Amino acid sequence: MSRTSIFLVLVAVGLVSLLAHLSGGIDIQILNPQGPIALEQKRLIITAVLLMLIVVVPVYVLAALIAWKYRATNTDAPYTPDHDHDQRIEIVWWTIPLLIILTLGTITWKTTHALDPFRPLDSTVSPVTIQVVALNWKWLFIYPEYGIATVNYVAFPEDTPVSFHITADAPMNSFWIPSLGSQIYAMAGMSTRLHLLADQPGTYHGLSANWSGEGFSGMKFIAQSLSREDFDSWVAAVRQISSVFDTGEYDLLALPSSHTPVRYFGHAQPGLYDYVVNKYMQPHDTMPVRVLHDE
Amino acid sequence: MMNNMFGKMSFAALPPNAIVLSAFLFMIALAGLIIGALFYYKRWRWLWDEWLTSLDAKKIGVMYIIVGFVMLVRGAIDAALMRGQQAVAAGDSLGYLSPEHFGQIFTAHGVIMIFFVAMPLMFGLFNLVVPMQIGARDVAFPFLNSLSFWLFAAAAVLMNISLVYGEFASIGWLGYPPLSELEYSPGVGVDYYIWILQIAGLGSLFSAINFLVTILKMRAPGMTLMRMPMFEWTTLASVVLVIVIFPILTATLAMLSLDRLLGMHFFTSDFGGNAMMYVNLIWAWGHPEVYVLILPAFGAFSEIVPTFAKKRLFGYSSMVAASIVICFLSFVVWLHHFFTMGAGANVNAFFGIATMVIAIPTGVKVFNWLATMYRGRITFTTPMYWFLGFVGTFTLGGMTGVMMAVPGIDFQMHNSLFLVAHFHNMVIGGVVFGYLAALSFWFPKIFGFTLDEKWGIRAFWCWLIGFFVAFMPLYLLGFMGATRRLEHYDASTGWQPLFIVAGIGVVIIALGIVFQAVQLVVSIIKRHEYADTTGDPWDGRTLEWSIPSPAPFYNFAIIPAVHGRDAFWEMKQSDPIVQARPAQEYVDIELPCNTPVGVYIGACAFVFGFAIVWHMWWLALLGFLGVVGLLIARSFDENTEYILPAAEIARLDAAYTQKTI
Repeated sequence: MSRTSIFLVLVAVGLVSLLAHLSGGIDIQILNPQGPIALEQKRLIITAVLLMLIVVVPVYVLAALIAWKYRATNTDAPYTPDHDHDQRIEIVWWTIPLLIILTLGTITWKTTHALDPFRPLDSTVSPVTIQVVALNWKWLFIYPEYGIATVNYVAFPEDTPVSFHITADAPMNSFWIPSLGSQIYAMAGMSTRLHLLADQPGTYHGLSANWSGEGFSGMKFIAQSLSREDFDSWVAAVRQISSVFDTGEYDLLALPSSHTPVRYFGHAQPGLYDYVVNKYMQPHDTMPVRVLHDE
Repeated sequence: MMNNMFGKMSFAALPPNAIVLSAFLFMIALAGLIIGALFYYKRWRWLWDEWLTSLDAKKIGVMYIIVGFVMLVRGAIDAALMRGQQAVAAGDSLGYLSPEHFGQIFTAHGVIMIFFVAMPLMFGLFNLVVPMQIGARDVAFPFLNSLSFWLFAAAAVLMNISLVYGEFASIGWLGYPPLSELEYSPGVGVDYYIWILQIAGLGSLFSAINFLVTILKMRAPGMTLMRMPMFEWTTLASVVLVIVIFPILTATLAMLSLDRLLGMHFFTSDFGGNAMMYVNLIWAWGHPEVYVLILPAFGAFSEIVPTFAKKRLFGYSSMVAASIVICFLSFVVWLHHFFTMGAGANVNAFFGIATMVIAIPTGVKVFNWLATMYRGRITFTTPMYWFLGFVGTFTLGGMTGVMMAVPGIDFQMHNSLFLVAHFHNMVIGGVVFGYLAALSFWFPKIFGFTLDEKWGIRAFWCWLIGFFVAFMPLYLLGFMGATRRLEHYDASTGWQPLFIVAGIGVVIIALGIVFQAVQLVVSIIKRHEYADTTGDPWDGRTLEWSIPSPAPFYNFAIIPAVHGRDAFWEMKQSDPIVQARPAQEYVDIELPCNTPVGVYIGACAFVFGFAIVWHMWWLALLGFLGVVGLLIARSFDENTEYILPAAEIARLDAAYTQKTI
């Protein structure tokens, strides 16, 4: 190693320690799951890493040992320039990765079904349905069971499955609450599903994970899981608000804006979510002719 | 009238802000410097005759690589701008880039690094190495080769024009609709994106056809497929992929442009358009594309390791099988890029498992390289440093890749910075390290002197350490719920220290790029000291090392006969005096004449692309007719080849031999 490389290694070590110092106490959300989905995913991450280390560790060790031992200056080491195959050893290293992938593949098959975002969660508590619309650039949440709507804030009861129905009236977005697990795309004219559950009361960050234009980084929301009583009183409080959320209000909200403050609507017009999804599903003759060029 | 004639062009489209303006001025200054130097040293004719119109694969290869490195600098500046922005833009600080500009930069960064850095370095390497390694004098279709390069160059020029005139797309490097549709992106940015990729894509497709035919039809007598050097196998696998996937890209972008130009509805949200179809199609191209790039890197290491371990490549048949398996499997995994789009669990699980299976042949390759070093005599030259760095980095990237192949994990990590760290892990640790190793390995064959080792190794350490400092924080940021493409975030996220460290990593990588430039300059200054007088500086194993360095324009005075793998090594073993050139009669050689038609077609393609972006229909038509007319004219040209007489070859060869001894 040259002097430069030693210097650079020292710089790297210094930076890593600085990092460890600075990032102490920060929430590493994905490794600190707040619900069963995220917990299962964390376990899956650990299992996959451990399985792969079976191959990765030997590769690192062998690479270092072989490179050192068979350096040209070590003339004591054996040298077999024409040795170019050995069926037994090759069978071994086709087989070991194969077995690992078979194991991981089996786990993958099972967990992909268990963690399918569309699959309702098993719970004795009946789920809360929340309809989500990704707009340019904010999140609209509609509670069809309670007739209320919110912007950039979503609350749900703890320990209760939440069934998100997700669409977009905007470019593609991805609906993601890292602390709770799993994300799914929000797409215009389509309705995707995501089932999540929070173990206890807490406040989590939610965001869009798919670039949707210039307001993208301001497209954040707060997700809050509340105790059942807190949730019920929250719903009651929102219902007290006299603001009505109808298609006219929706069209105003849908105009592009970013870093939109939290808003609450006490009276959401029924069927709004279907209105948004179906906007893109109307037959030809009901749509105005679009003017494409005005040169 | 003026309005119609100049389409959407206007003065308002000139550089809007300080960063772009300085880039613009820098480009003008650089162009002025180069043009001035060409006038001052009266080198125009030389440039035109010896380089631009040349059909010699080696020169075309060098031109590809020069453009690739120039664009690498631009792509790296883009990367530095983004990391700089993310290092400062937390909380109240908004940084120095507007969201719109930030979007253009990350889109340009991706497009440039894949299409204008990795692809040209790859085709450059093919041009330098493939013909010589199979004992051929040129590629199968020399004119098509020049045409491919000039189409690529036209796209590269268009890419740089988009920086200073108008705007570039702000849609991510794969341009998902409906964001890339007129409704959300009415400007010229997406049109630049489409036509740049269309023109560059055609060049790639033609070039791939050329190398497929070259490898299948032009091998020296005796070189059966199973006697080909591994680099040829991986090149073959790579170009087969290009030929299969690039038409998908062309068709997909054509549909997107029909949406934009003619108001069709392939991928719009309304009128029955389906954006999910675009996502499928673009990844059906995009996923195999990364294997297009990595396979030749595998091939290069398969030449480098045996050479510097002085030992035959271990498990040749396994390596061939692994390359073919990787080539095939790369077609059936594209869906892993969008497990989160809502496919059913069976579909997701199938594509997840198919993706993991690729790890098996890849792992076998790594073990075979290690077995090649085992009981060898390893000298640690720069290419070997790159190899060991590659093993360390790429293995880690493979591990994170398999993680993300598990749909259950991907639902959580998708589009996070963990993903960004993963694919840079593969592209820098695999593709870049591989190509840089290959370039320092084959450099002496083209230029006649080796590269400076000291600066090469310094550059290596910067790249390696810079990579880890820049991307390990991104893995961690992914776990902290940071998604990609954020130009601003809340201070409370606690992400800022990690972004700052990542930014420092970019500086270290940039230092590596500078050291590489220094390496080149130092090597040129010391070229007499580093001269490769034998044509075989590394005690090589394959045919390219049997000819003098720099390689004569006809490559082989006499086409060698091949009797086994490692053809040149065998020759050296069978006769203590290097017996590369058996006592045979020289015969006349047919060689392609230089032609400017490729340059002209490239120019017309550029005019066509620029005109269609700006809706100047008459000019687009002219450009298109120019391309077609030139192709027709070229097809009537009877004098495309000349004969190099045997006596002349004998004279040239004697001169080379003299120099060698």
